[in-house]
Amino acid sequence: MPDQEFNQELVVNVGPQHPSTHGVGRILLNLDGDIVRKAELIIGHLHRGIEKMAENRTYLQVVPLTDRLDYVGSMYANWAYCRAVEKAAAIDVPERAEYLRVIVCEMQRIASHMMSVGSSGADSGAFTVFVYAFDLRERIVELFEQLCGARLTYSYVRPGGVAFDAPDGWADAVLAEMRKLPTGLEELDKLLFGNVIARGRLKGVGIMSTEQAIAWGATGPVARGSGVALDIRRQDAYSVYPRIGFDVVVGDNGDAYDRARCRLLECFESVRIIEQAITQMPEGPILTDGIPRLIAPPKGDAYARIESARGTLGVYTVSDGGAKPYRVHFRSPAFCNVSLISRLAPSHVLSDLGVILGSLDPVFGEVDR
Amino acid sequence: MTTTFAATMASIAEKFKSAVLADSDGVADACIRVEREELLGLATELAAKGFDQLEMVTAVDYRDRIGLIYRLVSATLSASLVVRCDLPAEQPRVVSLAGIWPAADSQEREVLDLFGVAFDGHPCPKRIFLPDDFCGHPLRKDFESPTLIRRPDLI
Repeated sequence: MPDQEFNQELVVNVGPQHPSTHGVGRILLNLDGDIVRKAELIIGHLHRGIEKMAENRTYLQVVPLTDRLDYVGSMYANWAYCRAVEKAAAIDVPERAEYLRVIVCEMQRIASHMMSVGSSGADSGAFTVFVYAFDLRERIVELFEQLCGARLTYSYVRPGGVAFDAPDGWADAVLAEMRKLPTGLEELDKLLFGNVIARGRLKGVGIMSTEQAIAWGATGPVARGSGVALDIRRQDAYSVYPRIGFDVVVGDNGDAYDRARCRLLECFESVRIIEQAITQMPEGPILTDGIPRLIAPPKGDAYARIESARGTLGVYTVSDGGAKPYRVHFRSPAFCNVSLISRLAPSHVLSDLGVILGSLDPVFGEVDR
Repeated sequence: MTTTFAATMASIAEKFKSAVLADSDGVADACIRVEREELLGLATELAAKGFDQLEMVTAVDYRDRIGLIYRLVSATLSASLVVRCDLPAEQPRVVSLAGIWPAADSQEREVLDLFGVAFDGHPCPKRIFLPDDFCGHPLRKDFESPTLIRRPDLI
């Protein structure tokens, strides 16, 4: 039997319809036995041309499009886009609206991280974690439904404020939930990170050094898992974050375990932020008066970035003085993070591919845009 | 702008003939405009001066030219910088910065795909979102397609 036949690399296509690809992404693998030698990420299956569509709509009509970017965390794209428009058109935001934005975005962070941590469990053979995490996520989504009627695509943040004020009793319901949530999170922590099998599957897999994380453009929990203390809430201190105490969670080893654990520990910080924000939130208007339906910012560029659940979400707008944006670009953290799969997967076994991809937490709506 | 950042910027603007330093343009703390011949040299210098994070690469079609935008962040200088480089609208071509900032890899492919900018020296100069046999570059203002229906201009 000639040896050559066994030494040949096998090209295997994974996805786009595969549960462990976390969405409609495709990976072309060169396999040597079950060791990945090369991984090429093929994306675009969900490309809807949102940046092109935005050029054909008024500034306000773009808000619902931003929902369809990161559909696990729509609030972030709403907010980042509105911040860019507010900068471009010099629109003020009432204080109560800023607090509501912080509250919903931190709730969104928990809801989004629950999806990701749950998937990490499913990837590493602990499916129970997935179901428990979805229970916690569901409680947040129900509160969103009470707030704005939607469970997934909120369009809640608008240029100049937010769409609806909190209904009677909503803030108390959120506070009550925040008091219960840490128990659930601790349970999840033990269930996933205390599970010897899940630990074995996550530890030491997909290691990325601090320098690599910076050079490769990783942001959010993917960068923080590698020990990069990069958090736009700290760096830019936007909105009312400077008035709120919270810690930036960082990992040490930069493996799939650290990235997933960062997400879980961040949820505790989000609970802290929400509790402080609700206590500090003043009464008052939620939307600045007199914002025209056709916002026409003066000629020029604007850029705003926020810390989304996936990392640095930037929105770049160019105005030509008209009522439609000349150009809108979304600097998508999911896109930049998921691109790392081709750098992280080689030399791992095929069965670790799903774990590494899951630890990058891609949402393909935002990857493909 | 902090003094160290301002000094760094001034020394860079002096070193490169075509580099024009400007104050904030709404995108970052400062802005440098550069001709494409000097882009690689400028990028190398900026990376050496502490701009280790390439946050965003994108482009704008101004009809008469394609404007490239690189947004850089430096943790050591605690500052952000935008580098702008204009390319001709006809067959735009520029050097790839993926060798300096690997983060440019996928984002340059996006610009290639949607604007038709060719990046010399890119490790994988292929379309990223659209199929390889797709005709045209959708974010160009003159892009036409039978499936692209413009909304009636109501305003």
